[in-house]
Amino acid sequence: MVTDTVKPVPVPGTERTTSVPGTTPSRLSRLGRALLPGPAAGANGAALYRRWWLPWLWAAPAILCAAVFGVFPFLNTVLLSFTNAKPLGGAASFVGLSNYRRMLGDSDFWLATRNSVLYAVIVVPLMVLLPLMLAVLVEKKLPGIGFFRSAFYTPVLASSVVVGLSWQWLLADDGLINTWLQKAHLIKQAIPFLSDSWLILLCAMGLTLWKGLGWYMVFYLAALGNVPNELHEAAAMDGAGAIRRFWHITVPGVRQAMMLVGTLTGIGSLRVFTEIFMLGSYTGGPGGADRTLPFYIRDVGLDPMTGNAGYGSAVSVALFLLTLGLTLLAQRLTKEDES
Amino acid sequence: MTTAVERRRRLMPRWRDYGRPRELVVRYLLLLFVLVITVGPLLWQLLASLKSTSEDVFGASATLLPRHPTLRAYEAIFEQVPVATYIRNSLIVVVLSITSQLVFSTMAGYMLSKPGWKGRKAVWIVLAASMMFPFESIMVSLFLSIRDLGLVDNLVGVWLPGFVGAINVLLMRGAFLAVPREIEDSAMLDGASEWQRFRYLYLPSAWGAIMVVVINTFISAWDDFLWPLIVLRSENHMTLTLGLSRLQSSSFGYDQRMVMAGSVISIIPVLLLFVITQRWFYKGVSAGAVKF
Repeated sequence: MVTDTVKPVPVPGTERTTSVPGTTPSRLSRLGRALLPGPAAGANGAALYRRWWLPWLWAAPAILCAAVFGVFPFLNTVLLSFTNAKPLGGAASFVGLSNYRRMLGDSDFWLATRNSVLYAVIVVPLMVLLPLMLAVLVEKKLPGIGFFRSAFYTPVLASSVVVGLSWQWLLADDGLINTWLQKAHLIKQAIPFLSDSWLILLCAMGLTLWKGLGWYMVFYLAALGNVPNELHEAAAMDGAGAIRRFWHITVPGVRQAMMLVGTLTGIGSLRVFTEIFMLGSYTGGPGGADRTLPFYIRDVGLDPMTGNAGYGSAVSVALFLLTLGLTLLAQRLTKEDES
Repeated sequence: MTTAVERRRRLMPRWRDYGRPRELVVRYLLLLFVLVITVGPLLWQLLASLKSTSEDVFGASATLLPRHPTLRAYEAIFEQVPVATYIRNSLIVVVLSITSQLVFSTMAGYMLSKPGWKGRKAVWIVLAASMMFPFESIMVSLFLSIRDLGLVDNLVGVWLPGFVGAINVLLMRGAFLAVPREIEDSAMLDGASEWQRFRYLYLPSAWGAIMVVVINTFISAWDDFLWPLIVLRSENHMTLTLGLSRLQSSSFGYDQRMVMAGSVISIIPVLLLFVITQRWFYKGVSAGAVKF
């Protein structure tokens, strides 16, 4: 199967210059061998014929990208947070801890932090459970189930902007939902989904959930395959209903996947931007009341006129620490869960 | 003796093989309910985009189905908005991203899957570290770098930070590790050079992972919003998502049907990709479970 794809290659007059095993000068001490370019200890086969710089050359673009656009920006963010750099350039000077001092007394910063944390607190449990229930629903192979699975996945494919537009129209004062509710005489006045700051936040959470549902459903489908079917059959024999089987067999069976989904959605909740931008407009809700941390970073750090990249960086560091804290917490919970 | 028809009938599943009728009805009702919730809003967008200007999109008199289906909104959006430019810009970023991601993640992944060269661990550490920082927490600094490179309001600036992702390198490494060592050794004995082994032995056997990289890159580049919003400024450099979001928030009061038509246009390429590559699509979820 795999060998079929190998093209027969004519044997050239071998021009290998690197030494082969056994011929390495034994005088070289261990330290010397470790320092000198050449195959590392334990190398065999192809590795011995590879010049020392070749792997580096091949991996160079990836290393460069990771270093320049991944690691360096973070270190730079920490540095910038002690300056008053402007987003569009100009002289920046060292200002010590004043950005952090300003941050601690900034009520807008705390509001954004509260929104982000609230987002995680509400979205994570729902995002852990709802896609799992959905996965259980589509797990059984019924006629047409492939269609349903694909259909449930479509919101994942659309960009947040597109689904944001769609929800905006659904939730508008004269939008579909308000119209239907009014037609059904359930409400008299339109519910201000897009002008009340709490409702905007809740709707944005709904949007995040709705968009992530299909993604994590597929994720859980893979995990559900590992739950032995016999357990379900035995429980059903003993008279356990679908709901009890879900809580006592499915949930413990996919525990690890749930922990992972919880971690991922927690980190994701702290990254929310577009949902708020689409439903709460570019101000981030009335008076910026719905801004999340990334939204706030963009507002204070990157605005061409009033932005302060130094202060934005300080908030960025706060966002990173929050993410890190969440990751560590999740790790700890996972470890406790395993033992 | 059983006839062929009878035997076939026995092999074909019957409804009652799937469970008790009551359970089946409940299952399908639930499936339909979720279907309405998940696809409904998008479908409604499609239907509304087909309405003529004489019909209401909103309000008490609006119907769900267009009474006079027309593609006028699609013509209008191309006439009134530089949507063709938006699409071209999005495609430029997508093509650049896929090309660089594919070439460099396979090459780095290949070398990382090989044992016995010095500095592997260092490369590993740099790649892993780069995945630790959420994009939102480094975007200020990233923007300053892009500014220093003179790439503000430039599509290259949109593409550059994502020219090769560590997650894709790890994905490719995993795929290459699955190739048995013996095959590589025998290819070497036949005199295949490093490049030949990579090109003719490893790449063809990592087809699935390559598809996952292509699909994930396509979707994230096509759907991305925050970074283009930060980098791009002028109208003729905007990507499609950016252009669409501006249509909605602009004070021009564009026809709603037109904006919906734009949304439909933006979903179509991804939907097509999904239909064509469905087999690899779901693999990507478990392989690159970092997307939200």
